[in-house]
Amino acid sequence: MKFKSVFDIIGPVMIGPSSSHTAGAARIGRVARDLFGIQPTWAKIHLYGSFAETYKGHGTDIAIIGGLLDYDTFDERIKTAFADAEQAGLTYEFIPETAHTEHPNTARIVIGDENREMSMVGISIGGGKTEITELNGFPLRLSGDMAAILVVHEDRSGCIASVSNCLAKYDINIGHMEVSRREKGNMALMVIEVDQNVNAQILKEIGDLPNITQVTRIAD
Amino acid sequence: MEVLFRNVRELVERATQENKLISEIMIEQEIMITDRSREEIMAQMDRNLTVMEEAVEKGLRGVHSTSGLTGGDAVLLQNYLKKGNTLTGELMLDAVSKAVATNEVNAAMGTICATPTAGSAGVVPGTLFAVKNKLNPTREQMIRYLFTSGAFGFVVANNASISGAAGGCQAEVGSASGMAAAAIVEMAGGSPAQCAEAFAITLKNMLGLVCDPVAGLVEVPCVKRNAMGASNSLVAADMALAGVTSRIPCDEVIDAMYKIGQTMPASLRETGQGGLAATPTGKWLEAKIFGGAVVGSGN
Repeated sequence: MKFKSVFDIIGPVMIGPSSSHTAGAARIGRVARDLFGIQPTWAKIHLYGSFAETYKGHGTDIAIIGGLLDYDTFDERIKTAFADAEQAGLTYEFIPETAHTEHPNTARIVIGDENREMSMVGISIGGGKTEITELNGFPLRLSGDMAAILVVHEDRSGCIASVSNCLAKYDINIGHMEVSRREKGNMALMVIEVDQNVNAQILKEIGDLPNITQVTRIAD
Repeated sequence: MEVLFRNVRELVERATQENKLISEIMIEQEIMITDRSREEIMAQMDRNLTVMEEAVEKGLRGVHSTSGLTGGDAVLLQNYLKKGNTLTGELMLDAVSKAVATNEVNAAMGTICATPTAGSAGVVPGTLFAVKNKLNPTREQMIRYLFTSGAFGFVVANNASISGAAGGCQAEVGSASGMAAAAIVEMAGGSPAQCAEAFAITLKNMLGLVCDPVAGLVEVPCVKRNAMGASNSLVAADMALAGVTSRIPCDEVIDAMYKIGQTMPASLRETGQGGLAATPTGKWLEAKIFGGAVVGSGN
């Protein structure tokens, strides 16, 4: 079931005008920032499908920038996100694409600073719900039916065990898990679908484990 | 994921057998799925109710979108209502004006609660704050109104769609209207089965509704469609309370809605490329708002 909570239906509280194009877009931007870890200094945002067709009128552009500035869906500062981005030293560019994607509301966000860059693909599935489908070229095969977290870590032995031990400690059952890496000893990813929601405290505990770079909820 | 209900039949059966309200089943399921306390869940819905209340009040004071396409109609409706000589009646037009108020706030990038989406956010609060004057509910009953709406929306979202891009406006305003109708019935003292009848009757009359926003904006015809959705809800609720039933069961209506959405051309699913968006005036407005060649007149 893609929609689990009644608050997926009655909610989110948000700045109008569109739950898919505005609230969903803000959430995609915010997850990108979360995964990057800090405020990026530049962003290139590729928009596909309905996002590309209608982003201006729906405020999809300012919502994504708002998300990159860490604003929530209901943060009134979304309306001034462009000006706020300039103040925060974030430059951005929107690139409407004509390519067909699997989902009509798709955004590819490429962000970075002087040291590194990151690319992420997010889709907005309706009512403000979103899913992340790709990170740095790694496809994330999420069912969308379960809550999921993404753990970016260094490719070291024991990493996967320590994360799954932590989840077990809180009685969180893993439904599906994928581990991928670019090359031995480098950056690696764990995508973990779970039966129960993982709260902020557990996320922090996982983040504090050795060799873990970043932990983010990517579907809930 | 284990749930108490996957479709309307299971929802109504459970409520009937346990002699509970639909809203109670939804609350129990939320507790079960999220592992949060009843107090916490009720408090969150209370906050959503407050957001809805504030949006209605703001809209009734008068707001305008930056595109200039929408705004001020909620005020016109309230002024007209005050003259006391409406054709459809006070409650009906009050609901309509409050639905419009919410969507005008949404179009003006104000704060709203998506119910189930932003484009369809007017129907549930519009009807709620209108029937409130008639039924004098407690705050808890108003919060329950949202849980009952949510229960039906939950079924539609999981078994069909609540996205205009995926299923046309029938999935957005159609779902919202059915959700509101079911909630009105519960608040008015109807049975869980009558809630489902009201939902089915409402959605049946919204089938095939295209999503064709002019210039791609959630304004024209979205705001007025919320008004029509609200009036549709009230009529269906009255019909269900009178004992009228839907010949086609609720879950089959939802399934039909989904299949209609899948066979709808993309131009009629929130792309701003077909229907009213593709009319000469629709195109003219688009060019006027976003620049580009302005062809013809806007009249």
